[in-house]
Amino acid sequence: MEFLVKVEVTLKKTVADPQGQAVYSALRDMGFEGTREVRVGKLIEVRVEGEDREHARSLVDEMCRRLLANPVIEDYRLEVGVDG
Amino acid sequence: MRFGVVIFPGSNCDSDCYHALKDVMGLEAEYIWHKSTDIRGFDAIILPGGFSYGDYLRAGAIARFSPVMKAVEKFARGGGLVLGICNGFQILLEAGLLPGAMMRNDCLQFRCHYVEVKVENAETPFTGECSPGQILRIPIAHGEGNYFAEPRVLEELKRNQQIVLRYHGSNPNGSVDNIAAVINREGNVMGMMPHPERCCEGVLGGTDGKFIFQSMMKYIGWSLPLNPATQGRCGSRES
Amino acid sequence: MKAENWQQLGLKPFEYEKIVKSLGREPTWTELGMFSVLWSEHCAYKHSRKLLKTLPTQGERVLIGPGENAGVVDLGDGLAVVMKIESHNHPIAVEPYQGAATGVGGIVRDIMAMGARPVALLDSLRFGPLEEARNRFIFGGTVGGIAGYGNCLGIPTVGGEVYFEEAYSLNPLCNVLCVGVIEKDKVKRGRAAGEGNAVILIGNTTGRDGIHGCTFASEELGEDTEEKRPNIQVGDPFTEKLLIEACLELVDSGAVVGMTDMGAAGITSSCAEAAARAGMGIEIDVAKVPLREEGMTPYEIMLSESQERMLIIAEKGKEDQVKAICDKWGLRSAQIGVVTADGMFRVRERGTIVAEVPAKLLAEEAPIYTPEARKPAYLDEVGHLDPGEVSPIGDAAECLRILLRTPDLASKEYVYRQYDHMVRTDTIVLPGADAAVLRVKGSRKGFAVCTDGNGRHCYLDPRSGAISAVAEAARNVCCVGAKPVAVTNCLNFGNPEKPEVFWQFSQVIEGMAEACLKLGTPVIGGNVSFYNETSGHAVYPTPVIGMLGIIQDTSAVCTPEFKLEGDIILLLGPIAPPQEGAWLGGSEYLRAVHRMVKGKPARVDLELEKRLQAMLLEAIGKGLLKSAHDISDGGLAVALAECCFGSPAHEMIGASVVLATPGVRRRDELLFGEAPARVIVSADPSDFGRLKALAEKHDVPLTLLGKVGGDHLDIAIAEGETKTLIHERVEELRSLWQGAIECLLK
Repeated sequence: MEFLVKVEVTLKKTVADPQGQAVYSALRDMGFEGTREVRVGKLIEVRVEGEDREHARSLVDEMCRRLLANPVIEDYRLEVGVDG
Repeated sequence: MRFGVVIFPGSNCDSDCYHALKDVMGLEAEYIWHKSTDIRGFDAIILPGGFSYGDYLRAGAIARFSPVMKAVEKFARGGGLVLGICNGFQILLEAGLLPGAMMRNDCLQFRCHYVEVKVENAETPFTGECSPGQILRIPIAHGEGNYFAEPRVLEELKRNQQIVLRYHGSNPNGSVDNIAAVINREGNVMGMMPHPERCCEGVLGGTDGKFIFQSMMKYIGWSLPLNPATQGRCGSRES
Repeated sequence: MKAENWQQLGLKPFEYEKIVKSLGREPTWTELGMFSVLWSEHCAYKHSRKLLKTLPTQGERVLIGPGENAGVVDLGDGLAVVMKIESHNHPIAVEPYQGAATGVGGIVRDIMAMGARPVALLDSLRFGPLEEARNRFIFGGTVGGIAGYGNCLGIPTVGGEVYFEEAYSLNPLCNVLCVGVIEKDKVKRGRAAGEGNAVILIGNTTGRDGIHGCTFASEELGEDTEEKRPNIQVGDPFTEKLLIEACLELVDSGAVVGMTDMGAAGITSSCAEAAARAGMGIEIDVAKVPLREEGMTPYEIMLSESQERMLIIAEKGKEDQVKAICDKWGLRSAQIGVVTADGMFRVRERGTIVAEVPAKLLAEEAPIYTPEARKPAYLDEVGHLDPGEVSPIGDAAECLRILLRTPDLASKEYVYRQYDHMVRTDTIVLPGADAAVLRVKGSRKGFAVCTDGNGRHCYLDPRSGAISAVAEAARNVCCVGAKPVAVTNCLNFGNPEKPEVFWQFSQVIEGMAEACLKLGTPVIGGNVSFYNETSGHAVYPTPVIGMLGIIQDTSAVCTPEFKLEGDIILLLGPIAPPQEGAWLGGSEYLRAVHRMVKGKPARVDLELEKRLQAMLLEAIGKGLLKSAHDISDGGLAVALAECCFGSPAHEMIGASVVLATPGVRRRDELLFGEAPARVIVSADPSDFGRLKALAEKHDVPLTLLGKVGGDHLDIAIAEGETKTLIHERVEELRSLWQGAIECLLK
C-alpha cells in the first residue's frame, strides 16, 4: 500500500529561531498584537510503499533520523495518511 | 605531500582550494569526485565550500551520504587530516565527524566580507604556524554559519581546547561563543567557516589563509618521516 | 480562426494577416502560440530593431557582435571575454525573490551558450523610495533572490548599481550583466548546423511554468498583475550549477555543434533561432520532451519557460557522448529531434504534425514598426533651470551629510555583502570601487567591468543622459586602469507605442551611438525592455551601460581610496562650470537638498572625455597614481569624502583641500555640482611634475587641490583669505554613509 506521510520539522524549543523571530516582529508591526510566538519550520511530504501504517511510519521515522531532520537542532512529527 | 579536494555536486570553492594549494603553495593537489570510494595515498583531504546538492534540505545534509564520505570517515578515523571549509564544515557536522550543528545566520542574510578571527588553539595541525591569540583576517561567505552546540557539548569543547578560532570583534552570524572553527577530540578533523583559500595572495587583499595551509604542510612534513604510510600517525601528536 | 483567439495572444490584425499570407493557410493553435511569443516585443524587438541598427557594433577587438546569445571580445593571449546584460523587470514587480533569481539564471545561460565559463555578475537595480513598505519588500526580495541564486552558482557578484526614485515605484528595474571567459577558439554559436545532427534538450524537466512570460513582458503592468503569478518561475540554482559544469565539459568534448539558452519562449525560440541562424530547419517530437506535469499539450510544451534548460545541437553519432556527460552531472538529457535541411521548424506529437512553419519566418521576420516620436510636453516645464531658483546654501557640511545619507549615494555595502563577490578568487578590486576588476588566472591580463545609467538625467535630456552614461562607464573602468573596449546595454523604457516614450528612446539611441563611436566602445549586444509603465506612469528612460575594460597587467590596477598621509590630491578636468548653474541641472544635490528634479544635466565634451581617459590610463600604467575616483553623483565634495572612506584593504584617512576659484559665486555648485570628465587622483608629491607634464601632453586641466592626511575632511575656499566650508570627522561621515540604507529599512 502507498501512504502519504507528512513530516513536520521544527527547530527545537531550546534553539533560537531567528526566522520565527523576524516573522513575529513583522506580525506585531502589522498590528497583530495578540501574536505570542512564531516558530518557522518545514513540511516534507513523503509518499512511501509500506505493508501497513505502522510500517510506513517506521520507515519515514528512520528517514527523519538519518536525513530529513538534524537531531542536534531539530524536532520532527509524523502524520501518516493513506494516499488517495 | 598530496592534498585531495573533494568535488560534490554543487561545490563551488573546489577550484579555489585547488589553486591555492597547487599554484600558490606549490603543493601536490588533486580533485576527488564525490563518487570515489578510495582515497588512499592522500595526506590531507579538503572538503571545500559551496552549496552541495543546493543545500536544499539543510546545508551539507545530503552530501554527507555521498560515497566519498564513507572513505573520508575512514580516512579521518585513521588519523588523516580533514579540513572542512564553510560548506565542508557543514558536511562534517552533518556526518557527525564534528560535534554541533549549523543554523541560519541570525541576521537571516548571506554575509560576504573579511572578518577577524582569533587563534584560540595554536597547537593543532591546522594552526601550528600561528601564535596563540594571533588575529587572522580571512573572508567569510555564508548564509548558514551560526554554529550551535548544546551547553554540555560546548563545555566539552572548551575543556578540550576544541574551539580553534573565534570571531574577534563582531560576530557575523550569531554563532554560540563566537565560534568560527572547531576541531574533533582527536585533533585531526577541523571545520572552519572562513575561507583561507580566498586570502593566500597579496593581489586578493590578504595572505592570512596561508597560515592554515602552511600549518598543515608543516604537520604532515613533520609526521611523514615517522611513518611513510602517513595514515594512523597524523593524529598522534594530539593524543 | 476567430479574431479573439489571436487577439488574446497579443497579436495585431496586421501581424495575423502576415502569418496567414506567409503560411498560405490559417495557423494551427500551436503555431499561433509560437508566433505570439516569438513575435512579441520581448523576442522580436519590433519597435526597437530599426534604431538599434544605428549603433556602432564593430571594433578591432570585437569577435562576435549583437545577434548571438552574447557578444565576444578578444582579450589577447588566445582568450576571449563574453558579455551580455538583460532585464528581468516585470518579474520582480510581481515576485521579487524568484523574479531576480531567474533573471540571474537566464543571463548566465546566455554566457554558457557561447561555451564560456561565467565568471562575474553585476546587477543594475532601481526601486521606488525605501520609505514605502512595498518598495522595501521588492528591494529586499530582489537582492535576496540575486544572492540566493548567484551565490549558489559560485559566480561572484562583483558590482552594479542601486538607485531609488519615485519613477520606479510601480515598475522596479532589475538588469543583470554576466561576463564569461573562454579560450578564443572554443567559442560556440547558437546555430543548428549540419543536417541530421541531434537536437538535445538538457537540464530541468518541462512544466507549465512561465507560459507566455514574454508576452507578459511585452505589456504594461496592470491592476491585475499580482494575479499573473503563474507566469513567474521558481529558480533552481543547483541544477543551473550542474548545467554550467556539464556544458563546459560538452564544449571540451567536441561533440557539440551549437548551444543555446532556453529562456523566453522556451523550446520555440531556442529551436527556431538556432535553425534560422544556420539557415537550416529543425524537426522535433514533443512526446520526447521530459515533462514535469501530466497531460501537457503541444502548445504548452512549446511555450513553457521552465528554467535551467539548454538546447544542444550535437554532432550525429556523438549523442551518447552528450548523454554520458549529462549523466555524470546527474542531469536529464533527451534527444527531441534532428536538424533538417529544408528550413522548416516542424513539430510532431508522435506521428502527427502539430506545427510546421519556416524557422526564419518565426525567428527573423516579425513585423518591424517605426513608431511615431514626439518630444514630451513635460520637458518645457522641467527642462530648464534658472540658477536663481536655487537658493544658495548656508551650511555646506550639512548638505554633505544629507547627500551622503541619500540612499542613491550611500554605501551599498548592505547590498553587496549579501553577494558572494570573492568566490573563484579572481576579484582583485572588490565592490565599492569605480569598477570591479577580475584577473584571469594563468595570464597577466584581466578585465574591469561596471554598469552605469542615470535615469534622472535621461528624463531631463535623453540624448545627453545617454552620452553621459557611456562616458561615465568608460571613465569608471579607466579609473581602475582598464582600457574601455566594448559595451552591452539594457534599455528600459515605457510603452513605445506612445510617441513621447519613443522620442525618448530614439534620443537615447542617438546619444549612445555618438558616444560609443567617439570613445571606441562598440555595442556587442544587449536587451530592450519596453512597457515599464503602469496606469500611464512610465519609468524614467533608463539606459544602463555595461562597460568592459581590458587590463594588460593586473599588477597595475588602481582603486579610489586615498592611501598615504602626505600624498597630493589632484583634480583632473575642469574645476568650475563654464557658466553659473551649468552643473546644477538634474543633480543629486538639487534633488536631495532642494527637492527639485529640473534643468539640463551638464553636457559631455566627448573630446575632453577621451583625452582625460587616455591620460588616466597612461598615468596608471606608469604607476604615477595612488588612487583615482570618478566625480559623479554628489559632485566634488561627495567624491572627496568617498576617497577618504578607505576599503577592505586600506584604513580610512582624512584630506585637506583648498579650492582656488576666483570669480565663481556659487559654492554649492563648486562642491556638489555634477559634470562629466572629472576625476580625483592622489599621488606621491615627487610625481607632481610628471603628472603635470602628462596633463599638458593630453591637454587635460589639472589642479592641485591639497593633501591626504589627518582624520578630518577639510574643504576650504580661497577668496582672498582662506575660508573653511567643510571640516568634518571622516569617521562620522563614513558612519552616516555606511549605515544609511540599513537605517531606512528599520
